[in-house]
Amino acid sequence: MESVVSMRKIQKRFPGVHALDDAQIEVYQGQVHGLIGENGAGKSTLMKVLAGIYEKDDGSVVVKGQSVSYKTPTDALSDGVCMIHQELNLLPHLTVADNIYIGREPKKGIFLDKKKTVADARAVLESLNLDIDPEEQLSRLSVAKQQMVEIAKALTYDADILIMDEPTAALTDSEIEDLFRFINDLKAKNVAIVYISHRLEELKKITDVVTVMRDGQYIDTVKTSETELSQIISMMVGRTIYVEPKAHSMVAPDAPVVMRVEDLESPDVHGVGFDLYRGEILGLAGLMGAGRTETARLIFGADPKTGGQIYINGSEARINSPMDAVGCGIGYLSEDRKTFGLAVGLSVADNTVMASLENYMRGIVVDEGKIADAASDMVDKIGIKTPSLRQLVRNLSGGNQQKVVVAKWLVRNCDILIFDEPTRGIDVGAKSEIYKLMSQLISEGKSIIMISSEMPELLRMSDRIVVMNEGFKTGEVKIEEATQESIMHYATTRIH
Amino acid sequence: MGGKSGIVTNEVGVKRFDLQKLLTAASLVLLLVFFMTYGYFARGLDIASFSVNILESAYYIGFLAIGVTFIIITGGIDLSLGTVMMCGALVGGTAFNTWHLPMVVSLILILVTTTLFGLLNGFLVARLKLPPFIATLGTMMIAQGFGATIANVQTQRFPTMADEGGWFKQVFLRTQDGVPVGIIWFLVLFVIAFFLLNKTRFGKYTFAIGSNAEAARLSGINTQRWLFLIYMVSGIFIGFAGILYAATFTTVIPMGGAGLELQGIAAVVIGGTSLSGGSGSLSGTIIGVFIMATLKVGLMAVGIPQQLQTLLIGVVVVLAVMMDIYRQNSANRIKS
Repeated sequence: MESVVSMRKIQKRFPGVHALDDAQIEVYQGQVHGLIGENGAGKSTLMKVLAGIYEKDDGSVVVKGQSVSYKTPTDALSDGVCMIHQELNLLPHLTVADNIYIGREPKKGIFLDKKKTVADARAVLESLNLDIDPEEQLSRLSVAKQQMVEIAKALTYDADILIMDEPTAALTDSEIEDLFRFINDLKAKNVAIVYISHRLEELKKITDVVTVMRDGQYIDTVKTSETELSQIISMMVGRTIYVEPKAHSMVAPDAPVVMRVEDLESPDVHGVGFDLYRGEILGLAGLMGAGRTETARLIFGADPKTGGQIYINGSEARINSPMDAVGCGIGYLSEDRKTFGLAVGLSVADNTVMASLENYMRGIVVDEGKIADAASDMVDKIGIKTPSLRQLVRNLSGGNQQKVVVAKWLVRNCDILIFDEPTRGIDVGAKSEIYKLMSQLISEGKSIIMISSEMPELLRMSDRIVVMNEGFKTGEVKIEEATQESIMHYATTRIH
Repeated sequence: MGGKSGIVTNEVGVKRFDLQKLLTAASLVLLLVFFMTYGYFARGLDIASFSVNILESAYYIGFLAIGVTFIIITGGIDLSLGTVMMCGALVGGTAFNTWHLPMVVSLILILVTTTLFGLLNGFLVARLKLPPFIATLGTMMIAQGFGATIANVQTQRFPTMADEGGWFKQVFLRTQDGVPVGIIWFLVLFVIAFFLLNKTRFGKYTFAIGSNAEAARLSGINTQRWLFLIYMVSGIFIGFAGILYAATFTTVIPMGGAGLELQGIAAVVIGGTSLSGGSGSLSGTIIGVFIMATLKVGLMAVGIPQQLQTLLIGVVVVLAVMMDIYRQNSANRIKS
């Protein structure tokens, strides 16, 4: 059988990232083709190349026997290729019918032909066995139904190659059932479907074949029915690790618990709890949307929690705001340092003392001399490369910006540091400096919670790893027993 | 972004900024020279009284502008400046004329009134998290209506220098011999504001909130409380503007004051403080204030009709805002 989509040797680079490196995929009519990989494996990027959202740097794309190079999503759509995004491109205040025919409304003279719009929409929905009223306002439908409307809309453009990016992320179990029934109907109509997901059980249920990607590369394509989940997991994580993982925990056996988190609750976090020992790096692993950042923000008081307790050195700490958390000696280094960590329009010195300005006062006057001393101490101690203390943080490199955030919390004398994706977006050299800095902090008796999506980083730095999925804690492994496979297993385990 | 290229562009950025301040100061000098020479030779202008006139119309706009500089640096805005100032002056006038309170109490009431409005703005913006534009638009009308109500819609006349209570003009504006003592108040308040903005936590946090409010909050700073304080302090400065307005113009008309806020804000923007927050300076604001005052007095002195004065000042305001947007765009280009 001839494939409807054939992508070969696709290359795509973004500044600083080799997003796709010899990626490939073959999609056939009437097949559901799963596409799986860790965060950043390049699944979405590959499909965005197919759908005309990104342009490839190199490689060939053949759709229905024609070599193509789409410049816009409209180009792709005219060949029947349509990508359904996680965030839907619909207008919530319009009706279902209006949404389907937006931009090409049936007209009678100069007026809109509402009757025909509704009748056409109804015909489309019925042909797809969808029980949706075309005159209903879109926002009244469930997310799953809205997704189906978007798919129906794509089909009215004669789309027969559908790409679905994490379609079930926002759906309940019964909605997922609905969606799967619908996908099977589409399959019967000979539509080709690419289904991006990191929920393994779903792939097992709905797909015919699965292509695994890792670090922008094609790994393998396998028949779903003939493959075990554990095989897929080992393909997802089976990279060679260039840096040896930590052989054993560096935490002293009699180290006291500095922080205990119990039953943390919020809309995104469900009953998460763990201990953090003095001098420990506790890794927090999970896939995108696992609730790790949300957990960190709850601990730090950045978002309101609906339940749970936090104990610092054995006594309960009431943390309802970042101010409270800072008072308890907790510092939080956000994954998005420019939005949450730094005032990039201010100087290195000002950012360094931002969390502890009250300690740098002489009466009511800010003691600039003392601030300069503290900041230059930090510049030396953790090696911030900056031409001067008055340099605006905006002009530093990513790694040095990250160090300024670290400096901010060290100056505040925080004993518990939460590093959220500490090496995201910084280059390899700066990465190893951040690692060195973390080890140095540990040796000084600080404790660290490290959220990371990079498996090698987790294995190299952590003394213990807590794994989360969909807001739940799904596992906890000692570093001596941790493998990429065991972590990925927990990261895809569903509880509820 | 590579570290090296970042540093290079920063130097460009710094140069651009200094150059701009220099240009603003230079255009102030140019304006002054132009009006003085043209006025002197063509219309027999009295340079001394011309200068005093500029000073005296700079006082109240200056205090408004100094106060709102803090707010604009936080990334906020205050549209209620003008009517709050008028409301304060009306309350003071009514206290003196109708309630027969001593002048000193009346003046204190001006300060109390504007400070309370500052607190109201602070409450709406910091606590209830209303957008500053909308919140202060509301306060603007509340202050206008409140002042007129208190004054019973009567024009409030402050005493002239010779009358009972007229001492306040000699203290705040100029002595009987014509010495412009107002400049002393102006300098004192400017120095206090400068100290607050550049030497205290209050000032540091003003910049921090404007630069990145969420990062400031996540650094454990009580951003709500500081924002509240910033609006309150601005209210105090508006109070001094009210006192100087009363001293300068003697009569205060109910339902007036709308439009003055834009003169204050324009002065701040001309002075190089960015409407998007995070950067700015009081020295720039002062230059901006004197540009506004020179234009007002100068255009009048050379006989430009009122309607054309308004038009020209409007043009200057538009130019200033365009400059701010241009500056933002080039700063963004440097970032990326």
